[in-house]
Amino acid sequence: MDAISLIVRSIFVDNMIFAYFLGMCSFLAVSKNVKTALGLGIAVTFVLVLTLPINYLLENYVLKAGALAWLGEEFATVDLSVFSLLIFIAVIASFTQLVEMVVERFSPALYASLGIFLPLIAVNCAILGGSLFMQQREFANIGMATAYSFGSGIGWMLAIVGMAAIREKLEYSNVPKPLKGLGITFITTALMALGFMSFSGINI
Amino acid sequence: MALSSKTKAVLLGPLNKNNPIIVQVLGICSALAVTSKLEPALVMAISVTIVVAFANVIISLLRKTIPNRIRIIVQLVVAAALVTIVSEVLKAYSYEVNKQLSVFVGLIVTNCILMGRLEAFALGNGPWPSFLDGIGNGLGYGWILVVVGFFRELLGSGSLMGHKVIPQSFYDAGYENNGLMMLAPMAILLVACIIWIHRANNKELQEENN
Repeated sequence: MDAISLIVRSIFVDNMIFAYFLGMCSFLAVSKNVKTALGLGIAVTFVLVLTLPINYLLENYVLKAGALAWLGEEFATVDLSVFSLLIFIAVIASFTQLVEMVVERFSPALYASLGIFLPLIAVNCAILGGSLFMQQREFANIGMATAYSFGSGIGWMLAIVGMAAIREKLEYSNVPKPLKGLGITFITTALMALGFMSFSGINI
Repeated sequence: MALSSKTKAVLLGPLNKNNPIIVQVLGICSALAVTSKLEPALVMAISVTIVVAFANVIISLLRKTIPNRIRIIVQLVVAAALVTIVSEVLKAYSYEVNKQLSVFVGLIVTNCILMGRLEAFALGNGPWPSFLDGIGNGLGYGWILVVVGFFRELLGSGSLMGHKVIPQSFYDAGYENNGLMMLAPMAILLVACIIWIHRANNKELQEENN
């Protein structure tokens, strides 16, 4: 039950884009049509769900103060949390590289449609942000961490697909010249974020 | 030391015509999240400038030895090492600000400005121009943050850097702080306004399509 509530919260209330602005760069750059937006959304969710539990295990069994206690008495006081950033980003970067190679090898069609976005995921703030929030919130077990990663990924996908759909319609509207392109996209994002704020306070 | 016109362009371009946030659209994530007060915005701007400048130098020194296929990982490791140093320094000397910035110090690693400049500039240029490019882009990023932070703090809580600016007599006359300014969406709207003004003054940057 907790897990479902966490998923719903991370999709709507703590939405990666509208509440924390994570992954804005690719959100703005790749939201021009719904199809590619959906592809990128799926890829981001996939990498989030893969890397966050791994980082959770690393955090709890290697990095946190006292996490190395399972190695023996003398390790119980070791605190490696200084390195968490380095480890997290290394896991994420190598995973995206791995996913890229696997997809390239086994599904050339998917690779062709996602090609450019796959390596970009390594530097998507939403992914590293997910791991850092995981570190901050101290989830009880790996199941909760996975649920959180899944919810955040879906929330990110929802936002980018919605944005792409709106931008496809914006094509036909008459926007003041200096606001064309980037400006109007920002304003649309702000209005969507205001809309999403109405979800805050939801409790399941 | 006099600067040649080329180094001047590298250093000052990002402040205006080539601004990382409002023209290149890089590094938006952190720009929006840390600007509800002026002080964290300033600290963030300084941290990003330092990290981008030194990461640029290091990658530029290593650029001939990095294999192409794993360059992103190398860049990320260099960036993560620098950010770890900055975050430890912040924790030691201004713990309160560090708490306000929360995960966003760590997120400098994935700040698109960093990766963008490393990819676009440091991989193809020597250390000194790369350093200037890093400083320029950091400052270009910084002034947007400071402007947004200034308006959000002034209108949202009536103070600047934590000091009250709007006199008490205003409140007595019925003035209210605009709580909406403290919420996340207003940061995006403010950046949109900056873009609007900037593009109205620079016609060549206007886009044809929505």
